[in-house]
Amino acid sequence: MEKTLVLGDEAVALGGIDAGMSGIYAYPGTPSTEITEYVQNSSEAREWKIRSEWSANEKTAYEAALGMSYAGKRAMVCMKHVGLNVAADPFINSAITGVQGGLILAVADDPSMHSSQNEQDSRYYGRFAMIPVLEPANQQEAYDMVYEAFSLSEKVKLPVMIRLTTRLSHSRAGVLRKTRIQQNQLNPVSDTKRFIILPVNARVQYKSLVDMQPELERNSSASVFNRLIEGDHKDFGIIACGIAYNYAMEAMQLADLKLPVLKIAQYPLPDALIRQFFSACKKVLILEEGYPVYEEFMRGYFDNGQLLGRLDGTLPRTGELNPDIVLLALTGKEVPVPARPEVLVNRPPALCQGCSHRDVFLDLNEVLEPFGEKHVFSDIGCYTLGALPPFNSICSCVDMGASVTMAKGAADAGLRPAVCVIGDSTFTHSGMTGLLDAVNDKSPLTVVISDNHTTAMTGGQDSPGHGRLYSICAGLGVDPAHIRSIEPLKNKREANRKVYREELAYEGVSVIIASRECIQTASRRKKQEKQTQD
Amino acid sequence: MKKDIILAGVGGQGILSIAAIIDWAALKSQLQIKQAEVHGMSQRGGAVQSHLRISDSEIFSDLIPQGRADIILSVEPMESLRYLSWLSDEGWVISASDPFKNVPDYPDEELLFHALEALPRKKIIDAVSIARDCGNAKSSNIVMLGAASGFLGIDPEMLKDGIRSFFGRKGEEVVGVNLKAFEAGRTLAERK
Ligand SMILES: Cc1ncc(C[n+]2csc(CCOP(=O)(O)OP(=O)(O)O)c2C)c(N)n1
Repeated sequence: MEKTLVLGDEAVALGGIDAGMSGIYAYPGTPSTEITEYVQNSSEAREWKIRSEWSANEKTAYEAALGMSYAGKRAMVCMKHVGLNVAADPFINSAITGVQGGLILAVADDPSMHSSQNEQDSRYYGRFAMIPVLEPANQQEAYDMVYEAFSLSEKVKLPVMIRLTTRLSHSRAGVLRKTRIQQNQLNPVSDTKRFIILPVNARVQYKSLVDMQPELERNSSASVFNRLIEGDHKDFGIIACGIAYNYAMEAMQLADLKLPVLKIAQYPLPDALIRQFFSACKKVLILEEGYPVYEEFMRGYFDNGQLLGRLDGTLPRTGELNPDIVLLALTGKEVPVPARPEVLVNRPPALCQGCSHRDVFLDLNEVLEPFGEKHVFSDIGCYTLGALPPFNSICSCVDMGASVTMAKGAADAGLRPAVCVIGDSTFTHSGMTGLLDAVNDKSPLTVVISDNHTTAMTGGQDSPGHGRLYSICAGLGVDPAHIRSIEPLKNKREANRKVYREELAYEGVSVIIASRECIQTASRRKKQEKQTQD
Repeated sequence: MKKDIILAGVGGQGILSIAAIIDWAALKSQLQIKQAEVHGMSQRGGAVQSHLRISDSEIFSDLIPQGRADIILSVEPMESLRYLSWLSDEGWVISASDPFKNVPDYPDEELLFHALEALPRKKIIDAVSIARDCGNAKSSNIVMLGAASGFLGIDPEMLKDGIRSFFGRKGEEVVGVNLKAFEAGRTLAERK
């Protein structure tokens, strides 16, 4: 059979399609977006009626996936690492309720923060929830793991986490597919008590989750994904977690070394394998892509010095690994690199020419000029680039939705004018609830929704509230006289600035919806329209 | 057979199309592939690169180690210099000569080309003007693929099949222009 060339993300999607998944739920987020997009664009998925539209945020996505699982079908939910913070409530509790149809959480971490606000490690969440976690090293493993994980999830009646990192999510390789499994029939939970986690039930459920742990450990020990690769040396070994396995093997090839490697890809840790390995090796280097989650765990409080890793300086404490870092850790020899050519300058990302966010920031800079000091709370999306020159417009970008609520808090503290800029997709993700708070509190605040009709930063996915932002704000109780719609264009600049000035002067909650289509999606749409005309 | 290739450019310049065609041809040639791409933030006009590894035996790392790349294939001259620390002592730089200036401090062109000319093994190709002559300036990335084709260890006919497969949906004319662009890049690189 021919291999299919896919990204690691796409391998996860393909594994789900072939394993009889009935639905995938997600909010976009780099580097996880391509999982869901693959299903959306797959003709097989369409033929088999696999549900795949975007959700409003990670929490709604997770809960919907749990509902599908409750009904007996296999479901997947995907997000980037910080998305799991948003979905943490249903996630942790779904380990208490357990599942019916197999439930896979595919979460993609971003060590080195290529496109993220932090490099949190989702394996912590896996331990926190006490569920099985699978961490593939390559695309084939990603496919195979998802394919197997649905049965594992149904066997242990728990959600299973697939933890990816950027380099696997966004790297392509050939994958061999397996035969397709039919989707489950509708088969809702009959022992509904376990889903009603009132304290009386939750205590029972939690106890059974705790009691389940030895079985999960036995599964890990027996897992084909955890295995020992023999080496010539006996006194020095490597424990390589997830994708770090690749770097260990690559670095050993370069250094002509053959150390024993314990490849870890299924958690909880395989206890027996770990103990054997530690008793066989004098020193053990542990490689983890992300936080030193298991290094810390294995060192314990009374560290005996047997372990080398991120916590003793053998490896950098932060950032992603690569073959060079591992080579240095193994040999102590730095590969000499040539000096950076002097003519080379940085090329940071920037807002596209013609982007509507540009006009919003130019207008805001102008109308805020008379106030001297400028505090524009903002949020996450393309418009975060308003932080960079030539705009230097915004003063914050913390987590999705935080612009509205931080501006509200600052307004409550007396900051005037209290202004925030939030994207349309971020607003429906988690800005609307904060706006409700502001309305209820009558906080003097101007919310600018920079509405480009899409979720642009992650590649132009549908924006869940498109066309309904006005009614959403009115429904939340914003006075319609202070919901202003403008089109951020150069030739409407004067009229628009007047609107900004009026609303900044208003001592109450106002919303300015600055609406113009993203130029990227607009040009894609026009191309498509032209193609269908031809 | 083992080739480590760094593809370089600016977000939106089409290095992923080059990668997709090489991937396709390598897969058809029964070779192993790993190709790490950049998605997300930097695609907004920032510097982007892709690590493309082809081999007849198992490839472990998705990333190429420092000093090990056989080729840096860049669709923009300044970007070809960004990843020199990856280039092996025998490695080639194959770069388009068309500057993409979206930063205020873009270097002086004379200094830039001086730095490029000083590289020991390089091919600098006027990709955009060649592509224009072939029918569409947008095919400049395929001119660059053609220019690199002698270095990839893959049968050029297979790469051409890759072009047919990649552009097939867009019709015969687009396929034709791109095949022409490929040949033009290939011939020019051979002559240089
Ligand atoms: C909790 C969380 N989920 C997802 C993301 C990824 N993400 C960052 S920006 C963004 C899209 C924002 O869209 P929008 O607010 O419409 O702004 P635009 O990019 O279109 O300007 C997404 C999905 C994130 N950073 N945090």
